[in-house]
Amino acid sequence: MASFRSSLPVYATTLDVVWHYAFRTICGAILVFLVAPILVIIPLSFNAESFFSFTSGMVSLKPEAYSLKWYRDIFTNGMGAPEAAFGWSWLVDSWRHGQWMLALRNSVVVGVASTLVATALGTLASVGLSRPEMPFRGLIMGLLISPMIVPIIITATGLFFFFSSVGLAQTYLGLILAHALLGTPFVVITVTATLTSFDRSLMRAAANLGASPLRAFFSVQAPLILPGVISGALFAFVTSFDEVVVVLFLAEPDQRTIPRQMWSGLREQVSPTILAVATILVLISLAMLGSLEMLRRRVERLKTETPI
Amino acid sequence: MTAVELGTEGLERRLARAERRGKLRAFLLVAPLLAFVLLSFAMPILTLVRQAAYNTLVSANLPETTALIADWKVDAPVPEPLCEALVREMHAAKEVDPAIPSRIATFVNRERAGSLSRVKQVANADIKAPYCAGLAALHDDWAQPDIWRALKIVAPSFSPRFFLQALDFRLQADGSIRSQDSNEALHLMLFRRTLLVAAGVTLACALLGFPVAYLLAHVSLRVSNMLLIIVLLPFWTSLLVRTTAWIALLQQNGVVNDTLVALHIIGEKGRLEMMYNMFATLVVMTHVLLPFMILPLFSVMKGINPNFTRAALSLGATPSTAFWKVYFPQTIPGLGAGCLLVFILAVGYYITPALVGGQSGQLISNIIAFHMQKTLNWPLAAAIGTILLAGVLLLYWLYSRLVGIDKMKLG
Repeated sequence: MASFRSSLPVYATTLDVVWHYAFRTICGAILVFLVAPILVIIPLSFNAESFFSFTSGMVSLKPEAYSLKWYRDIFTNGMGAPEAAFGWSWLVDSWRHGQWMLALRNSVVVGVASTLVATALGTLASVGLSRPEMPFRGLIMGLLISPMIVPIIITATGLFFFFSSVGLAQTYLGLILAHALLGTPFVVITVTATLTSFDRSLMRAAANLGASPLRAFFSVQAPLILPGVISGALFAFVTSFDEVVVVLFLAEPDQRTIPRQMWSGLREQVSPTILAVATILVLISLAMLGSLEMLRRRVERLKTETPI
Repeated sequence: MTAVELGTEGLERRLARAERRGKLRAFLLVAPLLAFVLLSFAMPILTLVRQAAYNTLVSANLPETTALIADWKVDAPVPEPLCEALVREMHAAKEVDPAIPSRIATFVNRERAGSLSRVKQVANADIKAPYCAGLAALHDDWAQPDIWRALKIVAPSFSPRFFLQALDFRLQADGSIRSQDSNEALHLMLFRRTLLVAAGVTLACALLGFPVAYLLAHVSLRVSNMLLIIVLLPFWTSLLVRTTAWIALLQQNGVVNDTLVALHIIGEKGRLEMMYNMFATLVVMTHVLLPFMILPLFSVMKGINPNFTRAALSLGATPSTAFWKVYFPQTIPGLGAGCLLVFILAVGYYITPALVGGQSGQLISNIIAFHMQKTLNWPLAAAIGTILLAGVLLLYWLYSRLVGIDKMKLG
C-alpha cells in the first residue's frame, strides 16, 4: 500500500485520498497567510539598504547585504551625539534623547500603571460577578465588557471631549485611565472564566475552619485564580502597549508611545527602523504567548488534579 | 402562637436578611469598576452624544438674538429689534471673550460659506441706529436673507442638523430638509461602503476560518496545540506590526511584486497595485480579524460528537450529505458567534484603513477622525459617531441575546 494512504482508513476511495490532501493543503495555505507576513519582516529588518523588500544581495545570502544598522538606529535616532564612542555617556544620551527610547519609556509607564489599575478593579469585580447572588449580572457584565466592543474611534472621541472638559487631556493620568478602561474587559473575561471552574465549597470550608472572608480570599481563592488574573493582566498590558488611537487623540507629542511612534513612521518617514522595532515586538509577543500557554497548562493541571 | 412558629418566622427573616447582605456584598465588589467605567466610559460617550445635538454657543452668548430670530419668518424682512440685538450682543460677547465672535462666525459659516468675516465684522464695527441699515452698509450680505437664515439654523441649543448632515441631509431655516449637494454628500456612501467591507471581511473570515478550525478540531491534541500557536501569534502581535508587515509585502516595490517580477510572471511595468487601496484594506482586515473567527468556531467544533457523523455515514449518507445535514448545523453557534464578532469589530475599524486604505479604502471611522482633526467640525464627528455607536450597540445586544456575553473567550 502506498505510504500516502497510511494515515487514512483502508476503505478510503481515491477521491477521499485526494480530498484529504487537498484539504490539508488549503489549511496549510491559510495558516501561511496568517503567519508569513509576521515572519517575513524578521529577515527584512536586517536589510543593509533602506528598502522594504529583499535586495538581490539578500537573496544570494551575501553577508554585506545584511546589517544591524536599523537596530542601531532605534537607539541613536534623536540622540545628541550618535557618533560618539559606545560607553556610559552614549547610553545616557540615547536614553535621554532617543526618539524610540522616549516612546519606550512612555509605553512602559502607561502600560504598567494602566495594567495595575485594570487588573485590581477587574479582578475585584469578577469575584463579585461570579457570586451566585450577584444582582443584575447580565446587564452589568454587558456594560463592563462594552469598552472592548465600542469602536475605538468613538471611545477616543468621547474621551477627548470629556477629558478636555475636566482637564485630563494631555496628561499621563488621563492616558493611564483611558488605557486602564480599555484593558478591564479582558481582565473581567479571563478572570470570570477562571472563576466558573472555582469550587465555591472551598470558601465555605475555609470559613468553617475559622478563616475570615479576607483570609479565605487571599489564602484559598486568590492562589487558585491567579493564572487567570495573570493572563488577564497580560491582555491588559498588551492592549495598552498596542493602543494608538487614544494616544493620537489624548497625548501631546512628548507623551507618544511606541505604537504612536510607529504610526508617524508609517505615515511620514518610512524607514526600515520600523521593521527592526516590529521584529522586537514580535519576539515580545512570542514570549507573552509562551507564558500564556504555560499558564493555561497550569490551569488545566489544577482542574484535573481534584483532591478528594 | 407557639414557639415553633416563632422560630420559623425568625429563620425566614434571617435568611432574607442574609440573602440581602450577600447581594450587597457581591455588588460592593463590582462597584469600584462599575463606578470607574461609568465615569471614564459612559460619561465620555454621553458627552459625545450631547456634543452632536446640543450646543449653547449662540443661544448663551446671543440670548435675545436667539429668541427674536426664532420668531422671524424666513421670507419676511429682518425686523429692526433683531438687528439691534445682534449688534449689541456680539459686542457684549466680544467683551466677555474675544474668541467668541469668531467661533460663532465659524458656526454660521458652516451653514453658508463666505459668512466668516461678515459675522466677525459685526463685533468689531461701530454700528449706530438704525441697525439694519447699518449692517447693510457694513456689507451687502446683511441686506440679503441668506446669512440671517444661516444664523436662524445655528441659533437653537438643541438641533438635529448635525445628525441630518451625518446622513447627507441639510436642515433649512424654515425647518424643511433637503438633500446635501452631491459634491459634499459622502457620509451615506461611506456608511454603505463600511457595511459592505464589514460583510466582505466577515465572509472571507468565515470561508478561511472554517477549514482551519475544522482541522484544529480533528487532529491530535499535540498537533492542534502547535497549530493553535500559529493562529494565536497574529492575535498577540501588535496591530501596527502586522500592518507594517503587509505594507512591506504588498507595496509597489514590496516582496510580492518583487517575487512576481523575479519569476517573470509580471513585467517590470506591470507591477500590481495592491497597497493604499480597497484591496489592501480588505486583505489586512481579513488577516487581523481571522483569529476572532477561528477561536469560537474551534471551541464549538471541539465539542461536537464525532459519532453523529459516523452514524449518518453508516446509515448510507454520502460524505457531503453527512457533512451538510449532520455536522454543519452543529457548528452554527460557533459560526454565528464568530461572524457577529468579526462584523462588529470590522464596522468600527480605523487604524488599518487609515494606514493602508489610501483614498478608496477609507471607512466611516476615518471620516470621524477627519472631521475631528482636519475640518474641526466636532459636532458633525460626534453625530456620525453616535449613529455608528447606535448600530454597534444594536449588534452587541444581538450578540448578547444569541451568543451570551459569558461565552466570549480569549485564546
